[in-house]
Amino acid sequence: MENTLDIIVFWVSAAFAIGGAVMMVWQRNPVASALFLILSLISQAALFVQLDAVFVAALVIIIYAGAIIALFLFVIMLLNLRGESFGGRSEGPGRFVKLGIASLVGAELVYIISMSIIPKLELGLQKAAPMNFGDVKLVAGLLYSKYLYPFELTSILLLVAIVGAVVMAKRDENEKPDADLVE
Amino acid sequence: MTITEITIIAIAKIGLVIFVVLTACAYATLAERRLLAFFQQRIGPNVAGPFGLMQPLADGIKLAMKEDIRPEKAEKYFYSLAPLITFVPAILVFAVIPFGDTVEIFGYKIDMVISDLNLGILFIFAVTSLGVYGVMLAGWSSGSKYSTLGALRASAQMISYEVAYGLSIIGVLLLAQTFSLKELISQQVGFGGMYVWSQPIGFGIFITCAIAETNRSPFDMAEAESELVAGYLTEYSSMRFGTFTVSEYAHMIAVSAVATTIFFGGWQTPFEFLGFIPPVMWFSIKVAGFMFFYFWIRATLPRFRYDQLMNFGWKFLFPLALLNTMATAGLRLLK
Repeated sequence: MENTLDIIVFWVSAAFAIGGAVMMVWQRNPVASALFLILSLISQAALFVQLDAVFVAALVIIIYAGAIIALFLFVIMLLNLRGESFGGRSEGPGRFVKLGIASLVGAELVYIISMSIIPKLELGLQKAAPMNFGDVKLVAGLLYSKYLYPFELTSILLLVAIVGAVVMAKRDENEKPDADLVE
Repeated sequence: MTITEITIIAIAKIGLVIFVVLTACAYATLAERRLLAFFQQRIGPNVAGPFGLMQPLADGIKLAMKEDIRPEKAEKYFYSLAPLITFVPAILVFAVIPFGDTVEIFGYKIDMVISDLNLGILFIFAVTSLGVYGVMLAGWSSGSKYSTLGALRASAQMISYEVAYGLSIIGVLLLAQTFSLKELISQQVGFGGMYVWSQPIGFGIFITCAIAETNRSPFDMAEAESELVAGYLTEYSSMRFGTFTVSEYAHMIAVSAVATTIFFGGWQTPFEFLGFIPPVMWFSIKVAGFMFFYFWIRATLPRFRYDQLMNFGWKFLFPLALLNTMATAGLRLLK
């Protein structure tokens, strides 16, 4: 973080990362939400690049922005969700309950973060990342030694989810196909 | 070099690359039409200028003069945004492709690459994976059945083939032990040193998936004019349509450049006795060869049926790519 250019890039990407996240929640249109999520992720990738963690940045874009959000959008398009799908503003006394729960969760998050994470932070742009942070060899080494079992367990969980989705989506063999679909 | 000099050189390089790529796109359309005509024993566009060389310019002017139509049912912002979202990833790939060796101009040593990233290959795959959004948004935001169907097909196809696409180059990465395109090129010396010889299966899968990724015939299910009018492009007209066309050709050239760099030694001279041809020319010749292959395939093969396409991707290419990766890793361990 020696020169002004780095600092400008940092603040711009940070603003886009947070702004994108806020707008994602704010939007009523599901497609716009997904697009703002991509914006936020790309800005996060830019932040990782600034920490010399190009590998992590590439992973964020390839896996999250490239694959996962693409599937989100695919589902949104398949179900043809439009702007109204999320409903309008809530009316009546129910909204106060919603507001109360939301503020409670929000306050809890703020409390936890301010008590546990913030005092440990070393402020200043330079101190955020240790040496070799996000190096390919380092990531691979950790993934295949220290975190091998959690990693494999997560893969099995995902596999189970995929198989479950296929079973649920597959039509019963005996069931008659839709009359509309057969000429 | 001072900061100012570096900045000026960088901007000059970016400008030059964008200019060259866009010009190449324009002439790729002409080359495609002329070659298709040749394959089908027609004449093709030959009236505008000598050999029809002014045809791309005429096409461009024609497109710009046409009325820009936006359907009433279209989602306003996304409809305008989609062509741009398609265009940016297609052109961004060229940021890391090395076009030639370091040259000296006016006493400055200049690398013939905009940015020599250590993880160049990952950058390419990151950018390519974003390409699907333009197509999805275009189809969805047009608010018409053909567009939506085309976009659904196209995105399902692109997501499916991206898996085998990524796996196909792992063999080369295992052999090369690097993500840097510059090092990849320096390892492939001479005709025999090209990675296409040590990774023929990987190359086959790569080029097949590349054609599917760019939505070109015989994988052009997304447009399939005989059933879907023009797929996700149906509602677009004028320069918005033009942007999609330019993006498609830029994407094809980008994929060709990546294939050249990874499998065919980039700008390296394959034969000693042809050393008088400069590296940049070698790069262009190899890329042009791939573009010719694209057109040739289009004129030769009929379009896949949709279920055939999905089966081919998931049940043939994907397991083959996995096997290739495992075999290469095994051989690498035995050495």
